Amino acid sequence: MSFKNPSVSRGAVLFSVSILTFVAEPFSAFSHGFAGNRFFPATITTDDPFAASELSLPTFNEIRQPGPPPVKVFDISTDLSVLVLPRTALTIGDGYSIQKVANQNARTGFDNATLSGLYEFFESDKHETITSIGLIWDIGGSGRHSLGNDSFSTFTPTFYFGKGFGDLPDNLPFLRPFAITGTLGLSIPTRVANESIAVDPVTGQKTVSVDHNPDTLQWGLALEYSLIYLEQHVKDIGLKAPFDHLIPLVEFSMSTPLNRGINELTTGTINPGVIWSGQYYQVGVEAIIPINGHTGHNVGVIAQVHFYLDDVLPRIFSKPLFGR
Amino acid sequence: MFYPGFSANLSLVDKLMKAVTKSLFTACMLLLTQESWAHAFVDHAEPAVGSQIQAAPTQVKIWFTQKLEPAMSKIQVFDSTGLEVDKRDVKIDQSNAALLTVSLPELKPGKYKVVWRVVSVDTHVTTGDFAFELTR
Repeated sequence: MSFKNPSVSRGAVLFSVSILTFVAEPFSAFSHGFAGNRFFPATITTDDPFAASELSLPTFNEIRQPGPPPVKVFDISTDLSVLVLPRTALTIGDGYSIQKVANQNARTGFDNATLSGLYEFFESDKHETITSIGLIWDIGGSGRHSLGNDSFSTFTPTFYFGKGFGDLPDNLPFLRPFAITGTLGLSIPTRVANESIAVDPVTGQKTVSVDHNPDTLQWGLALEYSLIYLEQHVKDIGLKAPFDHLIPLVEFSMSTPLNRGINELTTGTINPGVIWSGQYYQVGVEAIIPINGHTGHNVGVIAQVHFYLDDVLPRIFSKPLFGR
Repeated sequence: MFYPGFSANLSLVDKLMKAVTKSLFTACMLLLTQESWAHAFVDHAEPAVGSQIQAAPTQVKIWFTQKLEPAMSKIQVFDSTGLEVDKRDVKIDQSNAALLTVSLPELKPGKYKVVWRVVSVDTHVTTGDFAFELTR
């Protein structure tokens, strides 16, 4: 699980408490990204539904944000997820941002940290399906305020899902490598509005302006086509390395304000790219394409190296830290 | 400098971040050089995944990406009615601990499903299946 969605959190530490006592099918193994035959990679701009021990290091993100004045933003960040209990992972993340306006020195500093938890409450190997819930805490004030980091915390209870299409009929073999993952979260700021007071230097009159912080719906999807699945479970078409380990995908990362007078505008990005997944790590790169002018006008790029800690250090991470 | 287009004077924090980043990269590379194992995946198989073949195979062979634990790894072959048709003599090749085989009787034309469940030497479990078709 990674928390690299720049629209959700600008850096962060993750915390979460996941509860639940749903009746679930037994897990075949405490390992990253598997549901039956299906291996789901760790997606880059949306969170995946698996509780696993993983490390995203680093994630690079570069995009020009609309002005005035326009700002070029470059961010390097990391996330560490640890499987602490069966089906339950905690993740901590943070980033360091460089923001550059033309003809000015760059502003730099840490993003807000995030802390989150995720609990897998259902898995079906037969249908390559998994569902999870989690809570993301964007820790207000932990990042540099002048970079746009909020001084208040935001909590986002989130539902996660993943579904592979390997259970499609045999007469649709080349659709079986498709899979979809997604998230749906309600982002709740702990401060409903920010007030600022300006004093007219001539009249001395005070003007109070209020910026509202709406609740927002955070929603994301990732549509994947796994050449790994194609080669290993559908038809060996003779792909050679590195192509036999590629997963082309398109991610959709969206944010919709719901109230406080700011309920008409969905912003977000469409991110086509590709992930190469090996035994111990994966490497991914995606374009960041704004969906409308309110999101931006320029195409950015995001790239990530992601380690499967349960494979890299199995003695430590192949099982939960506590419990079995 | 993180980004060549930027001309900012590096503060102490910037320098610290550079050092932290380099250290983390180094740590990751060291992690990867440690003795480690991973999940076993199919590298290739005979008959090939999803293939149509004309000559009846005498064995199903699967080459995995990791060495396997012999006592806990198996292959089963089922016909189109769900009946297991293999000879239940699964074994790991003596010269290649990542090659798992099972013998077959003389098969009739039809579709067959190969189901495998293997444990790599670090006890990671992986499962999967694929099909092949004997056309005559």
